[in-house]
Amino acid sequence: MSDASYPDDLLYHAEHDWARVEGDTATLGITWFAQDALGEVVFFEPPATGTTVTKDEPYTEVESVKAVSDVIAPLSGEVVEVNEALADTPEKINDDPYGDGWMVKVRLSDAAEKDALLDAAAYQAQLD
Amino acid sequence: MTPATEEALRRTPLYDRHAAAGAKLVPFAGWEMPVSYAGIRAEHEAVRNAVGVFDVSHMGEIETRGPQAADLLQRLLSNDVRRIPEGGAQYGLLCREDGGVLDDLFTYRLAEEHFLTVTNASNHEKDLAWFQSHAEEFDADVIDRLDDFAMLAVQGPDARDLVAGLADGRLAPRMHVCQRTVADVPMLVCGTGYTGEDGVELLLGADAAGAVWDALLAAGATPAGLAARDTLRLEVCFHLYGNDLMESRGPIEAGLGWACKEATAFIGAGAVAAAREAGPAERLVPFVIDGAGIARQGNAVAGGGEVTSGTLSPSLGVGIGMAYVPAGDAEPGMQLEIDVRGKPRTAIVKEKPLYRKDDEAT
Repeated sequence: MSDASYPDDLLYHAEHDWARVEGDTATLGITWFAQDALGEVVFFEPPATGTTVTKDEPYTEVESVKAVSDVIAPLSGEVVEVNEALADTPEKINDDPYGDGWMVKVRLSDAAEKDALLDAAAYQAQLD
Repeated sequence: MTPATEEALRRTPLYDRHAAAGAKLVPFAGWEMPVSYAGIRAEHEAVRNAVGVFDVSHMGEIETRGPQAADLLQRLLSNDVRRIPEGGAQYGLLCREDGGVLDDLFTYRLAEEHFLTVTNASNHEKDLAWFQSHAEEFDADVIDRLDDFAMLAVQGPDARDLVAGLADGRLAPRMHVCQRTVADVPMLVCGTGYTGEDGVELLLGADAAGAVWDALLAAGATPAGLAARDTLRLEVCFHLYGNDLMESRGPIEAGLGWACKEATAFIGAGAVAAAREAGPAERLVPFVIDGAGIARQGNAVAGGGEVTSGTLSPSLGVGIGMAYVPAGDAEPGMQLEIDVRGKPRTAIVKEKPLYRKDDEAT
């Protein structure tokens, strides 16, 4: 497993999700804290492209051996791409939560929503 | 079960060692227990391929002794207690008059008139009260030994060799118990376990648990947590009380008729005999998910029925579980449709156990 990290170039949702916003799209995933709390991820089935995700609402599930957890959308939009590779290698969510462990890319429906998200320092502060 | 968050959680004598080892500690049946250390898969594989050690000191112990100790236990437990030889072990159920299962437990016969019964942590107080309330009619003493014993389960193909290397003599064979000194500590060595692997369970004084734990780790045992214990037991279809067994279910529908000897007239024998004769409406079956998905406890089965245990099998790489289903759907090879949080998943009813060492492709 990777060491704890919270990259500065990401925005964070208090429910342990991150967003990398680039123009009108964002890549979403779960934070190091979330994958560590889950333990080894063994199953991930992404939502279909074209579906809509809503800020603060669950958009998919991630499963460890022991439990299943909802993944909360940090921002709203339409899913334009999903990380198909995670179906065969869900452990990438543990190994590289901000890289190969990304979950979906969405076209944002309201770019202003990102103002409500936390920066790395604020997110880490609320973990303690 | 009572949510444990309201009251202070109990800790085993090894709590500090678990915390120092970086274990994830979770509330379980009123105890703060290690759920995993390095990772569930690694711990699971250590037990399947080498040797793992579990701190199961949360489990309770009830001592029964006296001229009528065997008679009392014969009345309480579903199996034929009189057939346990001195130094023997036996699995049995504690049933209500209507056959509902109060607990499932191992009983060790330490001497002719001296027994030790191991309870599930969540049931210990209930079991103890049940034992005591029935003991009045017998010349036997029932003694709560929960606080006196620590319990370590050393399991895996190399477990016996590892423990034997620390012991002053032969270990008890499977389904037996003996008194031994292991790592300079006197203890009961029991040839039992909950993983489907060979191994022993050690019952020893709480004060000495730390030294023995350290000696087992130094000899090469991998510390393993409750999560791996759960995946290991489910692969071999051992019941977990609170999941697969409960007061509202009887032994026959749970597939535990083999542990019930109605001729002994145990409490609940009449109800068990009637269920055996009539055949149960539902049966507990093991299943494997066909394709993706992991069923979990509480998932509904189409046509009636419910998943009582479900996980990903680290050995098989697929979702596995057990479910109560209508008896007509319970034959091996039949298909079940399980509602996994809104998604229908197909499962195939299997024979027990779901995992066998010989099946492993190597």
